[in-house]
Formats: sequence, C-alpha cells, structure tokens
Amino acid sequence: MQQTALHQRHLQAGARMVDFAGWNMPIHYGSQLNEHKQVRSDAGLFDVSHMVIVDIHGPGAKSWLQQLLANDVARLTTPGKALYSCMLNPEGGVIDDLIVYYRTDTCYRMVVNAATRQQDLDWMQQQVAGFDLTLTERTDLSMLAVQGPNARARVLSILPPDQAATAASLQPFFGAGIGDWFIASTGYTGEDGFEIMLPHAEAQKAWDALLAAGVAPIGLGARDTLRLEAGMNLYGHDMDQTTSPLVSGLAWTIAFEPEARDFIGRSALEAEKAAGVKQRLVGLVLEGKGVLRSHMRVVCSHGEGETTSGTFSPTLGKAIALARIPVASGDGCEVDIRGKLVPARIVRPCFVRHGKAVVAL
Amino acid sequence: MSMIPKDLKYTASHEWVRDNDDGTVTIGITDHAQELLGDLVHLELPEVDSEYGLEDAIAVAESVKAASDIYAPVSGTVVEVNEGVLDAPELVNSDAYGEGWLFTIRLDDEDELQELMDASAYRAMLEEESGEDGAEDDDDFDAEDEDEDGYDDDDHDEDDDGDNGNRKGRK
Repeated sequence: MQQTALHQRHLQAGARMVDFAGWNMPIHYGSQLNEHKQVRSDAGLFDVSHMVIVDIHGPGAKSWLQQLLANDVARLTTPGKALYSCMLNPEGGVIDDLIVYYRTDTCYRMVVNAATRQQDLDWMQQQVAGFDLTLTERTDLSMLAVQGPNARARVLSILPPDQAATAASLQPFFGAGIGDWFIASTGYTGEDGFEIMLPHAEAQKAWDALLAAGVAPIGLGARDTLRLEAGMNLYGHDMDQTTSPLVSGLAWTIAFEPEARDFIGRSALEAEKAAGVKQRLVGLVLEGKGVLRSHMRVVCSHGEGETTSGTFSPTLGKAIALARIPVASGDGCEVDIRGKLVPARIVRPCFVRHGKAVVAL
Repeated sequence: MSMIPKDLKYTASHEWVRDNDDGTVTIGITDHAQELLGDLVHLELPEVDSEYGLEDAIAVAESVKAASDIYAPVSGTVVEVNEGVLDAPELVNSDAYGEGWLFTIRLDDEDELQELMDASAYRAMLEEESGEDGAEDDDDFDAEDEDEDGYDDDDHDEDDDGDNGNRKGRK
C-alpha cells in the first residue's frame, strides 16, 4: 500500500488510517463531524496527494484535449484558468471527471482521480497517436487542499510576500505556478480555499506551517460529507463508465458548441439527447428519520430511481443524497430505508454553500 | 486499547450487557464499537414491550460512515429505551457505557448471561482481531451492513466545477 509524504504527520495527528484506492490515507483524526464543522466554520487541511497530476506538453496538446474531453479547452484563454470536464468513452459513459488547468496553448496540467489512475492513463495513452505531445505523470508532487472561510488568509500567512501576492490575486477557479509550487483556487468542499501542488520534500514543512497557522487536519470522511453537501459528484458513485453526463447532473460540463469539435462520446450523447434523456441526477432531503446511503431505492411519481451517494448532513442536521430518478418526477418521493418507505423532498443538488444551507429546511 | 469495564459482559458483535440483578439487563455498544463506527448521527431503538430472540437484529446505529445492526445479546422483552440518545446520538460516542446506553431487556432465561464474554475474554478477542498492526483493519463491525461508502472502495475525489459562473451557484 502506498503512503504519501505526509504519512508520519497523519500518525502524529492521531489519524485513523484506511486503504483508499491503494493508498494508506487518513479517514479522520478523531471526529469526522468536528472536522466537517471545522471546514465550514474556519479552515481545514487535506492531504490529497493520492490524486494524479498529469502534465501535457507539446504543440498538439490543445487539439488533443479538445478531442479527449467533453468540455472544450478552447474556452480557456487566460493562463491559469481551470476547467472541470468529463473524459468519456465512445458510448458516452464517464471514464473519469477531472480538472484541467491552462498554462499555454502547448502546456496544460490535468488532475484526475486516484481510484481511476490506471484506466485514465491507459486511455489517454491510447488517444495520443497522431498528436505531437508528451504526457508526464507528476509523481514527484504532493497535493494539499486548504478549505474553509479562513483558508485563504491562513495560506497567505505562510507564503513569502511575493508568492502571497500572486496567490491572493487568483480569481476563482484559477491556478498559478509559484516557483516549484502550483497554487489553485479550487476545491471540493463548497468553501473558499486553495489546492497546492508542491514537491514531496516540501510537503511536511508546508503541513507544519499550516497547522501552526491554525488550520486543522481533515480526513477523507469529512471530505466526502463536505462535497456531498456542496452537491459535487463523486466518481464511481454518482457517475461511472455506464452513465453519461446527461443523467449525472453534468450536462453543464459538455460543450456541444462548436459543432465541428468531434470529442470522444459526442455522437453517443447526441443520440441520447435525440431519443430523450430518461433520467436526471437530483438532490434529496429526507423528511423523516434515518440516514440516506448510496444504492437505496427511490420511489417517484413516474417510476423508480436509486440514490448514488447519501449521508447525514452535519450542516443541515438531516440526511441528504444524490439520486438518479426518472426525468418526469415531481417534488417528492419516498426512499426505501431497510424496507421502510420514508418521504424525501427532491431538490436542486446543492445543499450547502459557504457554510450556509441553500435548500429550504 | 478501548475501555472495557470489568463489571460488564460482552458479545462478539461488540454489545455490552450490564446485569441489573433484578431480572433485567441494560445493553449498549462498546467503546471499541463506537470508535469503529465514528460519529453517531441516528439510532433506531426497539419498541418497549416488544420481544426479541437471542441475536435478533434489535436496533440500528447509524454513523456518518455507515449503518450497523445491533443484535440482542439475550432473549427477552424490552422494558425501557434510552430516549436521550435519540436526541443526542453523540452520547454513544462520548459515554458508551454510561449516558450512551441503549435499552433494557427483561431476561427470558438468565442462563443466557453465562454464554457472554467477560471483560478479559472480550479484550483477548479484540487483541486477536487487531493482530500486529492494531491501528488499522479492525473493521469487521462496520462491514455488517450496507457500508457502501466505506472508504476502502473506489472512492474518488475531484474538484469543483469547471467554468465558474456557468454552474448553479458554485463559486
């Protein structure tokens, strides 16, 4: 099992470690609930070094990405700008979701999921033929996420003045190379903050400095409840190779214009649209008692669906879920919780933003 | 190692049993169990006056992480449930053997108590389960139920949305 450069730091912080996609990772440091609240109210520090960073260099980089990704990197015209996209198979299923950062027309950086690393790299390699570019997996880099209303100030406080100025000037969803570091105003929690890629040798020092600045370590457990409250999809749960972005709440990430751009999966998505999209991904708020989990049966007015992710929302104090249900469903449904049908409300899949509930309670 | 009070009896599925010496026993989940489950957020407790057989699923403990069945350590009739933990499930985390008790059962057969483990046997079982690297992999408890988000699977992590402004209310 692989360990990140921060393994000793996790043990020192009292982490409970688990196997996560072949990595020994912290699930929590004592209380997942407290960690969740720490990120919503102050600032938390995540070791996400298991994630996979791939640099794409070469004159063919842009046209290759325009074929590989369902979103269009031609939308990226300002250096540092990030784009969220799905990478599809020819059937329109999602191979992975990812972030791509634009640096120049011949240089992009992609961050993909750890659990899908091998299939992603294999797929990308297969698509390289005919394009003048090189793919470099950056196994030399660690990755930290600092998230929460006070995350920005805490990160800026540990940077040298010139670097702090660069980081402070980042617009939302931008990244910038600062020496050996790459700092981005991205995240997976619905809070303000940064994601920082840096050499392994500097990871412990940065970790220590951030803790000294008052940021608390947060495990993968809270990372999951935070992203679910924020209504962000989790690959392998809310979408996978068998589901298209159209039924996964990700239609907004598909760039059908310009029509001439023939990205992988395009024809399948067009056929799916022409035939009529049958399902949609929605949010659920449980009205009754209990906790929602993935793979629970959802009974709607026009048929049945299934939860894809579910949890107890610490911010709302209620169970929430993402669910894939028939398109023609009303405002309410029932969820089968161990044989009992419990009423739930169907909502836009975004429950919490910047520490506040964004669904009526 | 977790707290294991000497005056209680234990099951292999991590329930504790306190003999009240009046034909009833009080039942909860062990400190080890609450540690494995993580923060509890919801409990389903049995109805008073309902009857359960030995090892019947009698209650459900839901943590942020998973739902786990709780099994009747003895057969009998439920005489009292702890309403306090319904409102404050975190009591099970903070005081598993005290304020975090779950329910009281009137025994059908007092001899069943003899079948339960004492503290030293339970401790030995935990030590055997945890093996050499005790810090990890003692997850049999939370594997009982529908732990689809158990973090040893293919979870992901990725980032925010793409085009800011393009997405419903995201930053």
